Amino acid sequence: MQAGTLSTFLKRGAIWGFILFELIFFSVAGAFLSLSDKAFMDLDNMLRLFKQSAPIGIIAMGMTIIMINGNIDLSVGATFALCAIVLLDSLTWPIFAGLGDWVIPVSWALALLTGVLLGAINGLIVWKTGVDAFIVTLGSMLGYRGLVFMYNGEQPTSHLNWTLVDFAETQFLGLHTATWFLLAVTLVIWFLMTRTIHGRNAYAIGDNREAAVNAGIRVGPHMMINFMIIGFLAALSAVVFYSESGSVNPNDGELYELWIITAVVLGGTKLTGGAGSVISTFGGVLAIQLLRKGLGHIGADTSTVNLVIGLILIAVLYLDRQLNRKGAEELKI
Amino acid sequence: MAQLTKSDIGGFLARQGILVAFAVFIIGFTLANPRFLDPDNIMGVIRSSAILGVMALGVTFVVISGNLDLSVGSMMSFSTIVVLDLHDKLGPTLAIPAMFAMTLCLGALIGFLVGYLKLNSLIVTLGMLSAIHGLTLTYSGGKNMDIADKEGTWFSVFGQGDALGIPVPILLFVLLAAFLGIVLAKTPFGRKVYAVGGNGVAATFSGIRRARVVFTCYLASAFCVATAGLLQASRSMGSQNTVGQGLELEVLAAVILGGASLLGGSGTIFKTVIGVLMLGFIQNGLLLVGLQFYVQYVVTWVIIILAVWLDIAAKRGTLWSPIA
Amino acid sequence: MTGQTPALRLEGIVKTFPGVRALDGVSFSVMPGEVHALMGENGAGKSTLMKVLGGIYQPDAGQILIEEAPTVMASPLEAKAKGVVFIHQELSLADELSVAENVYLGELPRKSFGRVDWDRLYADTERILDRLKVGFTPQTLVGDLSIANKQMVEIARALTVDAKAVIFDEPTASLTDAEKDVLFEVIADLKARNVGIIYISHRMEEIFRITDRVSVLRDGQHTGTAITADTNEEAVTQMMIGRKLDLSRNVAHHELGDVALEVRNLSCGHLYKDVSFKIRRGEVVGFYGLVGAGRTEIAETLFGLRDPSAGQILLDGQALRITSPTDAIERGISLVPEDRKGQGLVLGMNCRDNMTLPQVDDLKAGPFVAEGAEVAIFDQYRDRLDIRTPGWKQLVGNLSGGNQQKIVIGKWLSMHPNVLIVDEPTRGIDVGSKSEIHNLIRDLAAQGYAVIVISSEMPEVLHVADRIYALFQGRITREFTSEDVTEDSLVRAISGLADNGGAQVA
Repeated sequence: MQAGTLSTFLKRGAIWGFILFELIFFSVAGAFLSLSDKAFMDLDNMLRLFKQSAPIGIIAMGMTIIMINGNIDLSVGATFALCAIVLLDSLTWPIFAGLGDWVIPVSWALALLTGVLLGAINGLIVWKTGVDAFIVTLGSMLGYRGLVFMYNGEQPTSHLNWTLVDFAETQFLGLHTATWFLLAVTLVIWFLMTRTIHGRNAYAIGDNREAAVNAGIRVGPHMMINFMIIGFLAALSAVVFYSESGSVNPNDGELYELWIITAVVLGGTKLTGGAGSVISTFGGVLAIQLLRKGLGHIGADTSTVNLVIGLILIAVLYLDRQLNRKGAEELKI
Repeated sequence: MAQLTKSDIGGFLARQGILVAFAVFIIGFTLANPRFLDPDNIMGVIRSSAILGVMALGVTFVVISGNLDLSVGSMMSFSTIVVLDLHDKLGPTLAIPAMFAMTLCLGALIGFLVGYLKLNSLIVTLGMLSAIHGLTLTYSGGKNMDIADKEGTWFSVFGQGDALGIPVPILLFVLLAAFLGIVLAKTPFGRKVYAVGGNGVAATFSGIRRARVVFTCYLASAFCVATAGLLQASRSMGSQNTVGQGLELEVLAAVILGGASLLGGSGTIFKTVIGVLMLGFIQNGLLLVGLQFYVQYVVTWVIIILAVWLDIAAKRGTLWSPIA
Repeated sequence: MTGQTPALRLEGIVKTFPGVRALDGVSFSVMPGEVHALMGENGAGKSTLMKVLGGIYQPDAGQILIEEAPTVMASPLEAKAKGVVFIHQELSLADELSVAENVYLGELPRKSFGRVDWDRLYADTERILDRLKVGFTPQTLVGDLSIANKQMVEIARALTVDAKAVIFDEPTASLTDAEKDVLFEVIADLKARNVGIIYISHRMEEIFRITDRVSVLRDGQHTGTAITADTNEEAVTQMMIGRKLDLSRNVAHHELGDVALEVRNLSCGHLYKDVSFKIRRGEVVGFYGLVGAGRTEIAETLFGLRDPSAGQILLDGQALRITSPTDAIERGISLVPEDRKGQGLVLGMNCRDNMTLPQVDDLKAGPFVAEGAEVAIFDQYRDRLDIRTPGWKQLVGNLSGGNQQKIVIGKWLSMHPNVLIVDEPTRGIDVGSKSEIHNLIRDLAAQGYAVIVISSEMPEVLHVADRIYALFQGRITREFTSEDVTEDSLVRAISGLADNGGAQVA
C-alpha cells in the first residue's frame, strides 16, 4: 500500500520538481551565456509566461477530462481556429451594427456556442457510432480545418475592436486578463473533477468502463458532455487570444493538439484513462511554456524547442514506465 | 459461430458500401466534368498520389502490427531537405544512400522505443513528429533548400522521368507496393506482423520476438518515407522545411479507408492502395468540378467516419452503438 | 416454502444470438430467505441468464417477475433500483477511486450544483463496511486493496440498496478460507433479512454447505432443480453434464524413460521459493495448488517468460538458462497457457496459421511460407486431435473452447517437444472435450512425452497424473505418487497443513 502511495506522490510532485529544475537551469545558464541582460526569473517575464500559457492551458484542462475519460481529441486546434473566425467575423456582421460595443458579448457567445457545437458533433459521433475517439477526432481535425478554409479561403480574417483589445490587455492585480481566464478555468475544472458527480464518473468510466456501464452511468451522454466542455474551452481560448490579436490565419491552431497532449501527459495523466489531475496538467502547461521561453532566453531558436519538447515527451513516457515496473517479478512479454 | 459468419457477410457489404459510394462519386464527377475519366487525368491522379501512397505502404505495416506512426510527415520533410542539401554537397549518387541511411536511423530509433522499450506508439511518434521537425529546422537553418544547378543533374529522373512510357513515381509506387504486398502476404515475416498485431501476447507465447517484428515494421515505414522524400525532392528540385507537415494524417486516413483496423492484425497492402487511390480521385474530382482543395478535407472527414463506422457496425451487427 | 411469494421468478426466458440459442425457455425462482445455487458448465447459459436478469440483455421471450409482478429490466441501474443486485465475478471496480465512490458508483449522493455529498457518502459506506467487518476505511483507494478486499467492496455494493434478490457470481474464486467464512456470514445475514440469493459456483463443497436448493442449466436449458439436502454431488454433476465424466483415478502405468527435465532450488522473488522437481519421459506430473500458489509462475519461468532469482534448470541433465519463449521452444519446452484466448491464440487468425505460428520460420519454400506444408501439418493434427472445424480457413475465434484448446496443443505437438506444460488444460471447456483432452494427455505420455499438468481441479489431477506436486504459497509442500495420494492429504498439502493435523514447516 505504501509503495502505491509513494509512487503517486512522486508522480504528482514530479512536474513541480521539473518546473523548479527548469527555473534554476535557465537562470544559471542564462547568466553564464549572458545573451540577455535581463534575469530569467524577472517578474514581468513570469507574468508574461502565464499569459502566454493561457491559450494552450485553457484547452489542456479540457483535454485532461477527455483523457481521464479514456478518449482523446485531436480536433481542438481546428476548433480553436474556427471559433476565432466566428468571433472576429461576427463582430462586423451588419445585423449587429446597431449594438455598438454590445456586439462583443454577442460575438463571444456565438464563438463559444460554435465550440460547444463542434464538440457536441464529435461527442455525438463517438457516442452513437461507437467509432474510437481517436479516429473520430482525426477526421474532424481535417473536417473542421476544411470549414475554416471554406469560411474565408486562404485569406486571414481580421477585425480589431479596441474595446476588446483594452479588455484583453488589462492587468488586474498584476495578472493579465488571459491569465485570469486560465486560473479560473483551472479552478472550475479542478472543482468539476474532484468535487462533482460528473467528474468522479469521468474517472470511473476511464478506469473501468464496463463497471461504469453496469453501475448505470450513462457513458454515451457523459462522453458527449466532455467533448462539449473541451469544445467550449477551445472556443474560450480562441476568444481570449483573438480579442487581443484581432487577426486569424486559416492555419492557426495547427499542432496545438500536440502541445496540449504533451502538457497533459507531462502532468501525469494516464494514457489509458482513469487517472490524472487538473493541477498537474497546469504544471505541465507551465513546464512547456517555461521550456519555450527558457530556450529562447539562452539563445536557442524554435527548432530546438520542437526537438527538446519531443524528446522530453518520450523521456517522460519512459520514466513513467520505469516507475510502474514491478521489477524482476514482471512477466517478460 | 453463425453470428460471425453473418457479420463476415455484413463486413463484405460494408466494404461494398464504400465502393458503391466511391462509384457514385466517380459517376458524379464524370457527369460534372467528362475530363475526369480521361486517361491523362487518371495517370495524373495516380502520379500525384504516389508520394502519399508510398508512405501509406510503410504505415500499413506499422498499423497491422498494432501501432501508429504519426511521425511520417515530419520525417518526410527531413528526408526531402537532407537529400536536397546533400545533392549539392556530395552529388546525387552519394546523397541518396546517405539520406536513406539517416532516415532509417530515425526509423530505428522509433522502432527501438516502441518495440524494445514498449512505449506507447501514439505518444512516441507524436514526440518524434515534433523532434524531427526541430531536427529538420536545425539542419536547414530554417531556410528553404534548392538544388543550385537544376539542369545539370539526373536527379530529377525519380520525380519527373518516364520509364517504359510510365512516369517513374508511378513505377516506383507500383513496384514497392508489389514487393511489400508479397512480403506481407507471403513471407514468414508478414505472418508474424499479423500475429503481433492480432494478439501480441499470444505471439510472444508462440516464440515470436515481438520487439524485433515491431522494430522492423518501423524500419519499413522509414524506408518508405525516405523513398517518398526522394520522390518529393526530385519532383520539385527544391523544398520548404514543412513539405510533409500534416501528411501523417492523410496517410493514416488512406490506411483506415483501406480497411486496416487501428487495433492491429488486419489490413492488406492492396486495400491500402485502394484507400490511397480513393482519396486521390476524390480530391481530383473535387478540384475538377471547381471546388477548392480544402473542400476535400471536409469530404475526407465524412468518408473516414462513414468507412470506419460501417466496418464496425457490420462487425457488431447493429448500426448504432449499444452504449447507453 | 410453498405458499410463499417468490422474491424473483423467471418464466420461459428465451434469448437467442445470431445462430445460437443461448437460453431456451428457462424458468427458475428464488424465495425470500433462500440461497439458491445455479450451476452448469461454462457455456451452459448461466452468465447470459444473469445478464438478462441484470438488465444488460433483453430476453426475446419470457417474463421476469419480482414478487410475482411482471417487470422489464431495461438497464443494470433499473435492475438495481428494483432490488436485484449483482456481485460480479470479474471485479468491476475503478482502482483510482475510493472505496466509498466504488460502493456508490453510479449513485453518488448529490448536493447542489451536482456536487458529491462526501459526508453522507462516507457515513453510509462506513455503516455498510461495519456490517462486513472489514479492516479498511471508505476513503481508501481501491487500487491499494488486496483482491479479497476488493471482493468485499463488490459485496458492499449489494448492501447499498434494499435488495430483494442478490446474485453472487463465483464470489469465492479469489478468497482465502477466513475470508470465505466472512462471506458466508454475510450471506447468512442477508438470508435472515429475507433476501433471496442466487449463488453461482463450481465448487460443490460450497454448494452443499450454504445453499437450500440447486438448479442446473445445460446448453441453455433448465435441466432440473433439487433440494440441496436431498441430493448429492454425483446427481448434480449428472444433471450438469448429461452423462458421466470419467474421472477415475489414474492407474495406467507404462515404462518411464530418462529424466527429461529437472529443476533444482528454483526461486523467483516472492512468487515461489526453493522449488525442486524432476520429470521423466513418459510421465505425467501434476502441479496442484490454489490460484496464487506459484504454479503458473513456475511454468512461465521454464518457458523463458520470467528470470529466476536463484536455482538451476536442467534439460536432459544439462544446466541451462532459458531467456525467452523462443529459447524455450528451441530447446523443446512448450507451454499451453492458462489464458487460452489472451495468451494461446490469435483469435483473428485462421486455424492453420495459429497452429504453425511458432515454426513459420522453418516452413519455407524459398523466401515464402510453404503454405502446402502448413496445410499438411494442420490436416495431420486435425485428424489426430479430432479438431472439429469446417476447414483451416476458419478463424480460431469462431471455434468452441475445446477445439481452440486442441489447436493450441496441436501447435506444440507438431513441433515434437521434449517437455509439454499444460496450464489448466480444461478450463472453460465442455465435458466431452474435457475427457478427450484428458485422454490425449495420457496418450502423449504413453508416446514418451514428458507432460506437466497444472490444475486447480482435484479430480483432473488425480485422473491424469502419475505423480503430483502439491504447492502452497510458492513452495512445494509434498510430492505424491498416484498410489499414495488421498484427497484428504492433497487438500492438506495445498493448505499448508501436515497430514496429522499439525502445521507443517512451510
